Amino acid sequence: MNLLRETWVVFVRALRLSLRNPVWVVIGLIQPLLYLALFGPLLKRVVEAAPSLPPGDAWKIFVPGLLVQLGVFGTSFVGFGLIAEYRAGVIERMRVTTAHRVALLGGRMLRDVLVLLVQAVLLTAVAIPFGLRTSVSGALLGVATVGLLGAAFSALSYAAALRLKSEDALAPLLNGIAIPLLLLSGILLPMTLAPTWLQRLSDLNPVKHIVDGLRALFRGDVASTATMWGLVDTIGLLVIGLYVGTRTFRRESA
Amino acid sequence: MITARALSRTFQTRTGTVEAVRGIELDVAAGEIVGFLGPNGAGKTTTLRMLTTLLVPTAGEATVAGCDLRRDPVGVRRQIGYVAQGGAAYAEALAGEELVDQARLYGLPAARAAEQARILFTQLDLDGLWKRTCKSLSGGQRRRLDIALGLVHSPALVFLDEPSTGLDPQSRANLWNHIRRLREDLGTTVFLTTHYLDEADALCDRVLVIDHGTIVAAGSPEELKRSINGDAVLLTLADRAHAEDARRIVAALEDAGSPATDGNQVQVRVPHGASVLPGLLRDLDAHGIGLAAVEVRRPTLDDVFLSVTGRSLRDDSLVA
Ligand SMILES: Nc1ncnc2c1ncn2[C@@H]1O[C@H](COP(=O)(O)OP(=O)(O)OP(=O)(O)O)[C@@H](O)[C@H]1O
Ligand SMILES: [Mg+2]
Repeated sequence: MNLLRETWVVFVRALRLSLRNPVWVVIGLIQPLLYLALFGPLLKRVVEAAPSLPPGDAWKIFVPGLLVQLGVFGTSFVGFGLIAEYRAGVIERMRVTTAHRVALLGGRMLRDVLVLLVQAVLLTAVAIPFGLRTSVSGALLGVATVGLLGAAFSALSYAAALRLKSEDALAPLLNGIAIPLLLLSGILLPMTLAPTWLQRLSDLNPVKHIVDGLRALFRGDVASTATMWGLVDTIGLLVIGLYVGTRTFRRESA
Repeated sequence: MITARALSRTFQTRTGTVEAVRGIELDVAAGEIVGFLGPNGAGKTTTLRMLTTLLVPTAGEATVAGCDLRRDPVGVRRQIGYVAQGGAAYAEALAGEELVDQARLYGLPAARAAEQARILFTQLDLDGLWKRTCKSLSGGQRRRLDIALGLVHSPALVFLDEPSTGLDPQSRANLWNHIRRLREDLGTTVFLTTHYLDEADALCDRVLVIDHGTIVAAGSPEELKRSINGDAVLLTLADRAHAEDARRIVAALEDAGSPATDGNQVQVRVPHGASVLPGLLRDLDAHGIGLAAVEVRRPTLDDVFLSVTGRSLRDDSLVA
């Protein structure tokens, strides 16, 4: 009970800070919209010319990819905000209170997930005039999956930030992980276009299966194996994120 | 309220091991105002961070507010407040909201948290700054907000790490009054660190002097000053050529310490500075030693500090 109340206090505080300085929220939103407007038309041609692509039109391939990109990239950088708070003494100040350590993490994660969900819904809605045709339930499930994915990366980002306590160390770490993850996930173009060795490599990447799952959802294949694997991998990442995150926040002098 | 036995903390750094705190023994009674006085790097902050559960001691035991530091850190947190040396307010957040949120994290219901925050804003002279972002506050205003953040849940025991740095004299006096009122009205126990001798002297019932991670002296400011052997008599000679003669004369005073000279100044410690003065002045006159000024100083905490650490906390101290 206390945990929920404390999580709520941390969440509201974090949300207030985001709304007061919405630059990052807006940048996170504009970026996928630019992809939609400037890269989408290009992709449409490619998809039409490539018979090896999975069924579904270009937007059903492209929008799920953008959503996953938003989920991974948008939330990976939340750790920078935490380092700023740490520098200001906010984390220490909250650590001397009776608040549950998990609330200090959970409240911030909830804010990140909420911001992400708003961005994801907007992105999907804006894609409709571009030509996206998908089932409402499929899209909603897709957006929800992205929310869970974002929660995982937000927790991991906070854990890394609290361990490193330095922007200069966090930035290369995040780029070093997020960029290969995205390149090997077939976000822009499905991995079925890749040579075999690249496909094998990308099979090891959970984000690839999540993108595939999301594409199945947008096609309306809610009960497919692709959907299932996407969900399993999302939940797996979330479990890892929560484990590492709570462990880090509980650590001495974290 | 606080007992600590052989409390120690070492840090591993790239250049080796730092023994920040080496076996500190502490006993603080409920309702006491205790000052922790020591130079930079003495181990004050490290000790406070251990006592506030932020840092696990490498050795030793402590009981804080009736709870064991290692076994019941949550019990400790429930009863203490902490004002960190480096501040605690986020630049982008609004001052009032930071304070209310902190109270809420201590479990206060929303209405009580807001009321408590309003009261502290008034008491610490922050009226009118509720809706300001913390980055727009002046250094002293922000420091007072930090202090409010540590007091907002009315803890039975507060740790203040250099609370008055950056405060102007009036704010400092106001803070001292606030701390005294906390003790009088609520029976709050206060443990604070400071570099300011006048602060330790004016505010604290008891002063602990820490140096190189160990407590080197402890007692009320009066006791500590009494432990210094007598008053300092400081002569400023008209002509520095007489310094050696003057030194010989003061050294011959009854129960005098060994005199120190610096240019045209000679200082000596004697048990009762004021009563030796008439005879001393006659002696000096008889030897034809002219004086530009005479001063008798009661021992200060700086003298105590100097005698136990070999260094001064004041930058204008003259004779060692
Ligand atoms: N995290 C740390 N890692 C390594 N060394 C540390 C760490 N924290 C403190 N120290 C060292 O421990 C010693 C005591 O530091 P501490 O901060 O307790 O001093 P202090 O008495 O509070 O000084 P000041 O008056 O400057 O605030 C110093 O030598 C400091 O460099
Ligand atoms: Mg300090």
